[in-house]
Amino acid sequence: MTFFAVRHLTMAFGGLKAADAVSFEITKGEIYAIIGPNGAGKTTVFNCINGIYPPTEGSIIFKDRNIRGLSPDRVAKAGIARTFQNIELFSNMNTMENIMLGRHLFMKTGLFRGGLMWGKKSFAGKEEIENRRRVEEIIDLLELQTYRNKFVGALPYGIQKKIELGRALAAEPELLLLDEPCAGMNAEEKQDVVFWIKDIQDMLGITILLIEHDMHMVMDISDRILALNFGRPIAEGSPAEVSAHPEVLAAYLGTEEAGDAPASAGAGRRPA
Amino acid sequence: MDMKRSYYEDIRLFPSCVTVFWAVVLLAFLLAYPFLFKNYYVYMANYIAINIIVVVGLNLLVGYTGQISLGHAGFYAIGAYATITLMSLAGFPFLAALICAGLIAAAFGFLLGLPALRLEGPYLAIATLGFGVTITTIIGRIEMLGGRQGLHAPDLVIMGYPLDTDRQFYYLVMIITVLLVLFARNVTKTKVGRAFIAIRDAHIAAETMGVNLVLYKTMAFALSAFYAGVAGGLYAFVLRFIEPGLFSLFLSVFFLTMAVAGGLGSVMGPIAGAIVLSFLDLQLRNILSIPYVGDWLRHLSASYFSLTGVSNIQFIVFGAILIAIMLFEPLGLYGLWIRTKKYWKTWPF
Ligand SMILES: Nc1ncnc2c1ncn2[C@@H]1O[C@H](COP(=O)(O)OP(=O)(O)O)[C@@H](O)[C@H]1O
Ligand SMILES: [Mg+2]
Repeated sequence: MTFFAVRHLTMAFGGLKAADAVSFEITKGEIYAIIGPNGAGKTTVFNCINGIYPPTEGSIIFKDRNIRGLSPDRVAKAGIARTFQNIELFSNMNTMENIMLGRHLFMKTGLFRGGLMWGKKSFAGKEEIENRRRVEEIIDLLELQTYRNKFVGALPYGIQKKIELGRALAAEPELLLLDEPCAGMNAEEKQDVVFWIKDIQDMLGITILLIEHDMHMVMDISDRILALNFGRPIAEGSPAEVSAHPEVLAAYLGTEEAGDAPASAGAGRRPA
Repeated sequence: MDMKRSYYEDIRLFPSCVTVFWAVVLLAFLLAYPFLFKNYYVYMANYIAINIIVVVGLNLLVGYTGQISLGHAGFYAIGAYATITLMSLAGFPFLAALICAGLIAAAFGFLLGLPALRLEGPYLAIATLGFGVTITTIIGRIEMLGGRQGLHAPDLVIMGYPLDTDRQFYYLVMIITVLLVLFARNVTKTKVGRAFIAIRDAHIAAETMGVNLVLYKTMAFALSAFYAGVAGGLYAFVLRFIEPGLFSLFLSVFFLTMAVAGGLGSVMGPIAGAIVLSFLDLQLRNILSIPYVGDWLRHLSASYFSLTGVSNIQFIVFGAILIAIMLFEPLGLYGLWIRTKKYWKTWPF
C-alpha cells in the first residue's frame, strides 16, 4: 500500500513553475522533511496537497487514492491536517474555540440541533462537552492553559504557532503537514516544538511532513529529507546524504542565510 | 492554572445567578410592558422587536460569516408578501404562513448565496444590493401582489383568538423574537457558528480544517434570509398594509447600520443597535415638535439653510448620532456595554 506519495507534481503560475516535477513518497509513521531556500516551492507543494492550489500536472496519492483535485475540506476529511507558515488562526476566537475548529469533522451538531441546544443533556450540549474535553487534553499537552480563554489575535507569535499545531492535532489526522513550525521562535521554544513533534510521531502515531528552515532541527528529527530549489527536487535521502549533496550545499551557500547552511548541521549544536 | 469542572460552562445560557436574575427581570418587564405604556409605545415595541429579528439574522451573515448584504430589504419584502399571499390566497393559518414565508425567503437566500461564493467585499455588496432592488421592482409589477397599489393584510386570528390591536399582537411578536434570538445565540455557540466565524477570520484555514465553504456560506445566507423573512411577515401585520415602496434600498442600509452601530459579531450588540436606532428613527421623525429643540432647529434652518430642508433634519441628526457612536466606540454599542459590564462586574450581587 502507498501511504502517501506525490508524483510528478507541477504547479505553474503563468510562466513560473513554482513546483516542477516533484516526486516523493512517505511511509507511515516517519517524519519527512522538505527543505530548500526561500521561494523554492515548498509551501506550493503543501498548497497542492491540501487542494488550495490546483496542480498543473501530477498526482497526489493518499492511502492508495488519488486526492488531487479534491477541495480542501475533502482533503481534511481524508485525514490530512496542516499548519501554515504565516499563521492562519481565527483571530477573533479564543484558544479553546480555535482548537475546537479542529474537531469540526467529528461533530454532528447541525443548524437545528445547535440552535435548539437546550441544556447539557441535549445532543448539541453533550457533543460540545465531549469535544471540549478532547480539546482540553491538547491544551494540556501543549501547555496552553494560560491562554485558554484569550483571544488569539493578540497572543505572542510562538504561542500562536502552538495553537495552530493544537488545532491541527485536534483533527486527529493520519498525516500532518507542518509549514515551518519553528519560524520566528526563540531557541527554547524551538526545543519544545522538537519534543512535541517527536511526541506526536511516537505517541499519537501521526506521520509528519515538515517544512523547516532551521537545518539543525531538520537534521535532528527527520527520517528522510527532500531538497528543492527553484521548484525542482535536487536531492533526496537520509539527513546525512542530503546535507552532503553538492547541489544542496550550493543552493544553501548561494543564499544569504549562511547560518542555516547544512554544512554546520553535523558539527553544530543539536537540540536534545 | 484554570481548573475546569464542567466544559458546559463556556457555552451555557446562564453562566451565573446574575444572568438568571437579569433574564427574569427582562422577562417580567416584557410581560408587563403593554400594561405600563401607551398604545403608541406598544406599536413601537413591536417595530423594534421586528427590527431585532432582522438585525440578529443579518448579523449571523455579516458579523459572523463576514459576508456583506445590502439586500435584506428584499428578503423582508419576500417574507411580508409571502405571508399575506399564503393567508389570503391559499388560506394558510398565520403561523404556518409565517414559517413558510421564512422558508421561501431562505430559499432566495440560498440562491443569492451561490453567486456570493465567488464574490467578495464591494462586489458582493453590489450583487446583494442589486438583488434587493430587483425584488421590490418585480413585486411592484405583479398584479396578484397588488402592484404599486400594495396589499392589505387579512384579519389575524390565532387559535380562535383575534389579534387586531398592537397590544394583542405584542405577545406573539415578543415570543417569536425571544425564540429566534435564543436560536441564533445557540447557533453561534456551537459547530455551525464556529464554522461561520472561521470562514470570516481565515477561510483557507477553515477549509483545510474541514469546513465546507459552499455549504456554510449558503447556509449563512439562507439562515439570515429566514430571519428577515419572518420579520417581514410580522411587519406586514404591524402595518396591516404593505406596498413595494416600503422595502427600498434605504431600508437595507438601515438594517446594516443597526447591526454595525450595535457591534457586529455578538448577539447582544445588534439587539442594542436595533433598539437604539429604531427608537431614534421613530422619535426623530417628531424632532420638530420637541419644545425648544424644534424651534431652534427651525430657526437654524431658516437663517442658514433653506426652509424646505428642515423636513430632512431627522436624517442629519440621525447621521450625527451614528458618527458619534462609531467615533466614541468603534465596536459599537456592544463595546460600550462590555466596558460598562467590566466596571460594574456582578452588580447587584
Ligand atoms: N499564488 C501564487 N501566485 C503566483 N506565484 C506564486 C503563488 N504562490 C507561490 N508563488 C511563487 O512560487 C514560488 C514558490 O513559493 P513558495 O512555495 O511559497 O516558496 P517556499 O515556501 O519554498 O519559500 C515563489 O516564487 C512564489 O512567488
Ligand atoms: Mg514557504
